[in-house]
Amino acid sequence: MTPEFVTVKVQRGAEGENLRMEEFDVPYRDGMSVLDALMWIRTHVDSSLAIRYSCINANACKECMMRIEGRTQYACTARLETGGATIEPLHNKRLIRDLVTDIVPPKETLGNLLG
Amino acid sequence: MSAPTHLETDILIVGAGGAGMYAAVAAARGGARALLVDKSLISRGGSTIMAQMTVAVAMGEEEPDHWTHHLADTLTAGRGLCNEELSAVLCRDAPDRIREMDQWKVGWARGENGRMRQVMAPGHQLQRCVYVDFLNTGPAVAKTLRTQVAQGDNISRVSGLTILDVVVRDGRAVGAVGMNMEDGSPVTIAARAVILAGGGLTRLYARNSASVNMNGDSYAMALRAGADLIDMEFPQFFPIGHLAPRLVGMDPIMWDPFRYKLGGRLLNGNFDEFIEHYGENDSGKYTSMRDETSYAIWKELEAGRGSPAGGAYLSFEHIPEAQLRAAFGPVIDKLAENGIDLTKGPVEVAPIAHYHMGGVRVDTRMATRVPGLYAAGEAVGGANGANRLSGNAITEAFVFGERAGRFAAEDIDQETLVWEESDAAPILEALAALKSRARPVDQHRDATAGKLWRELQELMWNDVGLLRTDEKLARALGRIRDMRRNDLPALRPSSDAGYNMEILDWYDLRSGLLVAETIAAAAINRRESRGAHQREDLPNQDPAFEKNQTVALEGDAPVLGWMDVVRAPRELLPVEAAQ
Ligand SMILES: Cc1cc2nc3c(=O)[nH]c(=O)nc-3n(C[C@H](O)[C@H](O)[C@H](O)COP(=O)(O)OP(=O)(O)OC[C@H]3O[C@@H](n4cnc5c(N)ncnc54)[C@H](O)[C@@H]3O)c2cc1C
Ligand code: FES
Repeated sequence: MTPEFVTVKVQRGAEGENLRMEEFDVPYRDGMSVLDALMWIRTHVDSSLAIRYSCINANACKECMMRIEGRTQYACTARLETGGATIEPLHNKRLIRDLVTDIVPPKETLGNLLG
Repeated sequence: MSAPTHLETDILIVGAGGAGMYAAVAAARGGARALLVDKSLISRGGSTIMAQMTVAVAMGEEEPDHWTHHLADTLTAGRGLCNEELSAVLCRDAPDRIREMDQWKVGWARGENGRMRQVMAPGHQLQRCVYVDFLNTGPAVAKTLRTQVAQGDNISRVSGLTILDVVVRDGRAVGAVGMNMEDGSPVTIAARAVILAGGGLTRLYARNSASVNMNGDSYAMALRAGADLIDMEFPQFFPIGHLAPRLVGMDPIMWDPFRYKLGGRLLNGNFDEFIEHYGENDSGKYTSMRDETSYAIWKELEAGRGSPAGGAYLSFEHIPEAQLRAAFGPVIDKLAENGIDLTKGPVEVAPIAHYHMGGVRVDTRMATRVPGLYAAGEAVGGANGANRLSGNAITEAFVFGERAGRFAAEDIDQETLVWEESDAAPILEALAALKSRARPVDQHRDATAGKLWRELQELMWNDVGLLRTDEKLARALGRIRDMRRNDLPALRPSSDAGYNMEILDWYDLRSGLLVAETIAAAAINRRESRGAHQREDLPNQDPAFEKNQTVALEGDAPVLGWMDVVRAPRELLPVEAAQ
């Protein structure tokens, strides 16, 4: 039986803040990706959830990397398991907020330009 | 309000897809300093990197071809509305750009004889479309241009910088204001010229093939800077976007190359072929154009003959597995990971918003009517008229990008850098005002922004989409105006500083709603059906409407007008037509 809702736990908070895990019940659709779930949350429950993604389907932009169930994966290709998922930002990159980390190549930052 | 970070450059390029990156390379080649910025990451945020298919160009490597033949096909597809000067330039410059990309080692697929492979695509009379295997055209193009940009001495680049508006002084573009996504801080940029290369608007539609950054920023910024737009009623719907089962890791328009390399069969819910019933002959050859195929699928759906998920079936069951594998190699494994075996059953497909024919009105130097302001790539309108040929969009990004960079670099010789903070003040104040009405920290769960986006997407899809009527369009226009006037100003973003997606949503919606209004209004005025603009209540093409519609902004309101189609001078006409 496919469940009607699946619970995802998402790490919230910015660099230097109190980091916390928040739970969201997301309607389940066969074959949906973790990114589908995060986009659903932004559209229907909390638009302030910060995630980094562009291409949604093509797995071309490579911006949506995060830790899903403790493993580093692309949110747009990882399938949401019916048992739910724990979603955290990358550990080896500086946290900006929620699931967004600093993955900008050093030569493409504003800081680099300002010297 | 803390003082913004200030940058200076010769040429500011907004958006780092194929067009923006090519513009940067050409501007630097022309001796100018270029600053290339993207709201996402350089080379990754837009459609360019997602394009898995082909690039149309008259190379004549498979069979004799000439750019005037490419032009003839482009004009036919455009249904009388192409700006023929722009189309001519597009087709004429294309071979140079493809050769240059080849020298930069993009890796166009080649046959054993060493010649570039060129395949047939719908609407082209010849084998004209180059590609990079396997379904790797966009990523290869993005990587190649990214390398060229990185090697350019005079090119600076910044990722995560969203441009909010162009700064205009005495009617001239003199720079822009942006927001640094990382901390939400304002950035001002003084430039001697600005090139808008922010791509298209397909995110406005509930079903789309695009990246999340395609919300029409370039069109909206051009309007607000005083430029005009053309052909806004013509977003293109790609007929066979992937619908079901849920497929991850693949661009949703990936079935096109399968169809033209192998000849897939398009079937309705009763497993019958149906394109023929709409006056098209498609028997296995896949020659019918995008507007026609989309229309036929939609009509079958309306007649209750859709596939279960609400589209049509696409079947490759008649093609031997070895042949599938030879043509698409690792892609077949990726499909298997998604539980799809093409030898065993069909997939479901349906039309999907894919590209925008309309856009910023420019001349062949890519200059808008605002001095110092240029546009390139999908942001430009006109070259593809009422319906774009498959493969012409990447070509357009290369050719128009190169021209915008080159001509902007030439033109700025006459211009000095002028910058008065006061010219940027209204834009900076609007950003500060938006932040100051952030909702209290304890109300952090709120989806007003997300819901407004969703409503706009559904509205555009249902009422300003594939099959239009006066009634649907009027309803949509009314609600869009209401959203612009009431819902958008009432939005209160969260108070987060870092990567504030709701501030971005607000700006994305501000562009999206303005652009949506221009599409709906232009669609109401075009009282006929032509190309991608199909009116159920006015099903015929009417010669009286063989003209282009323009949009400019007066105060806050888009104002529409008509202009004669720009016809090509004789020396640019297709060989056949000139005789
Ligand atoms: C899935 C898919 C497949 C396609 N396949 C093909 C194909 O096979 N052949 C073909 O010819 N065409 C294809 N197209 C169309 C083609 O890819 C595009 O028309 C073309 O790549 C557009 O290039 P561009 O440089 O104008 O814009 P894009 O590549 O879209 O780049 C625009 C950039 O601007 C940035 N941007 C936007 N607004 C701002 C702002 N306010 N501030 C800063 N940056 C901003 C975006 O983040 C983005 O990176 C396809 C499109 C899609 C979506
Ligand atoms: S969203 Fe682009 S790779 Fe995941």
